[in-house]
Amino acid sequence: MVPAAKQRGHPAEAPRPADRGHYTIFLGMAAGVGKTYRMLLEAHAEQEAGRDVVIGLLETHGRAETQALAEGLPLVPQRRVTYRGTDLFDMDLPAVLRRKPELVLVDELAHTNAPGLEHEKRYEDIEDLLDAGIDVLSTVNVQHLESLNDQVAELSGARVRETIPDSVLGRADEVVLIDLSPEALLTRLRAGKIYKPERVEAALNGFFRIENLAALREVALRQVAEEVEAKRLVTEVVGTREGTLAADLPQAVGERLLALVEPYPGAQRLVRRAWRSAQRLGAQLDLLWVAPPAGEPDPEQQRQVVALHQLASVLGTTLIVEPGDDVADTVARVARERGTTYILLGRSRPARGLARLRVPLPQRLMEALPGVDVRIVADRSLRHEKTP
Amino acid sequence: MSPIVIVIITVAFVAGASAGWFVLPRARRRPPTLPRGTRRILLPFTGMSISRRSFDAAVRLARAEDATIMPAYLARVPRTLPLDAPLPAQCLQAMPLLEAIEQRASTQGVAVDTRVIRGRTYRDALRRMLDDEPVDRVIVSATSNGHKGLSAEDLEWMLEKVPAEVLILRPDPEDHRKLTAEGVKGHF
Repeated sequence: MVPAAKQRGHPAEAPRPADRGHYTIFLGMAAGVGKTYRMLLEAHAEQEAGRDVVIGLLETHGRAETQALAEGLPLVPQRRVTYRGTDLFDMDLPAVLRRKPELVLVDELAHTNAPGLEHEKRYEDIEDLLDAGIDVLSTVNVQHLESLNDQVAELSGARVRETIPDSVLGRADEVVLIDLSPEALLTRLRAGKIYKPERVEAALNGFFRIENLAALREVALRQVAEEVEAKRLVTEVVGTREGTLAADLPQAVGERLLALVEPYPGAQRLVRRAWRSAQRLGAQLDLLWVAPPAGEPDPEQQRQVVALHQLASVLGTTLIVEPGDDVADTVARVARERGTTYILLGRSRPARGLARLRVPLPQRLMEALPGVDVRIVADRSLRHEKTP
Repeated sequence: MSPIVIVIITVAFVAGASAGWFVLPRARRRPPTLPRGTRRILLPFTGMSISRRSFDAAVRLARAEDATIMPAYLARVPRTLPLDAPLPAQCLQAMPLLEAIEQRASTQGVAVDTRVIRGRTYRDALRRMLDDEPVDRVIVSATSNGHKGLSAEDLEWMLEKVPAEVLILRPDPEDHRKLTAEGVKGHF
C-alpha cells in the first residue's frame, strides 16, 4: 500500500505563478453529496459580486434541483465529437479560452475526454484554463484518486477507470470537502434525488451500503486533513528558510514504521495498533519477527506465524522473518535497510536471572538507532479508568 | 576463610556471570504460546458490530472450559480482485472492532486470538478459516435480518459441514445490544 501522502506531488514543488487562476476543488465521498450544487451556489455568489462567471461544463445527471440552480449562469456550449459513429460531448476548451471569463465551472474533473481533443483528461484542460489566468471551480469524488483505487475497488467491487493523480488535488489552492452523513445520503438516494427510481434498489445493494459510505467518508475526511497539513507545512517552511527546505520536505515528513512481533496471540494487537498509526501518519508499515536461529517453531508457533502472515497480507503490509541471535542488532539492521523512522514493540516479559543485568531492548534500540522513535505499545484493557 | 579462597570465589562468580551474559542472548526465551490442547471457541462476525449475546456466551464458555476465544472478522473479497488482495477499507472496520473485543474479553480474564479471514463470500471465508485452523466450538447469532451477516443457508451449512460444535443463538429482543468499535479504550 502506497500512502497517499507519498504519491501526492507537493504544492511546494511547483511554485504558483502570480497570474495563474485560483483553483478550487469540491471533494465528496460519493455521488449525490452535493458537490455540483455547492459549486453552483458559489458561482452565483461570485456572479452577484460582479464577476464574469460561466459554466464550462456541467453534469446535472437529470437532477431537478441542480438544473434549477444552474439557471442564470451563462453556459459555453459543449462541442460535439463524433467517434466511431457515436456523438460525444465535451467541454469546448478553445471556446472557453476565447471567452476568457474570470471564473469557469468545470464539473467532474476526473472525466476522460473524447479522443482527438487537446488533452486526454479533463483535469489537463483545467490546467490550460488556470495557466490562462482563469479561476476554476471543479468537483471530484474521492474514489477517483489513484492512491485510493484499490480501496475503492474493494468497497464497490468495481475498479474506477477514470482516475486522477493525487497531485491534481495537491495543486488546488483550495479543497473543499462536501460532507454528508451516510444516513442522510441514503435518505437522498431513497427519495430519488440522486438516481432515477429504477436504479435506486441496485445502488442500495451495491455501492451505497452504509458501511461503504462510512468508510469512504473517513477516507475523504482524512484526505482533506492531509491536504491541509501538507499546505501548512509548506507555508511554514517556505516562510522561514527562503524555501530551501521545501524540496526536502516530502522526505522529512515521510514516516516508515516497523513493528516487532513474535508468534503469539498478543502480537495481533500490536499489529493492529501499528497499522492504525501507519494509517494516521500516511506511512508504510513493516512487520518484523526476529526468529531464533536454532530450532523449528512448534505447531502452535507455526499457526501463529501463518496468522501473522495472513494479517499482514490483508492489511497490505509484509511480515519479514529474520533469523538472528541478537534481537537489537537484527532490528537495527533491518530498520536501517528499510529507512524506518518509528519502531513499535510490545511490553517485554519480565526478565529473569542474569537477564536482569542486560540493557532492555527499547534502550538498546534507541542507542543503536538515533533519530528513530521507539514506542512501547500497551495493552489498553489494563488501563485504569479515571475516576470522576 | 583465607584471602585466596575469597579471590577464587569472586573470580568464579564473575566468570560465571560473564558466561551467562554471553550465553543468554543465544538462549532467547520463546514467546508465550497457547498450551497444547487449548480449546478454541470461534466467534465469526461481519459488519461493524458483534452481537453482545454471542460475545457473552463465548466468554462464559471460555471461562468454564479455560478456552481461548477466536473472534474472526469475515471479509469479502470482490471477484474483481485476487483473493489475497489487501482490504484496507474492511480493515478500517475490523481492526477497532477486534481491539474492542479483545479489550473487553481481556478484562474478563479470557484469552483472545483474533483473525481477519478473507473469502469470496462469508461462508467461503469461514470454510477457509476452518480448513486451516480446527476449532472446538463455533458461536454465531441468528439474525432476523437476512441481508446482514451470515444467512440462514450459511447457518445450515455450518450445522452440516463444520467439524466442531456449533452453537446458534436464536434471535432475541436483546439482539439490539451490540459490541462496537466505540468500546475501544483509548487511542486506536
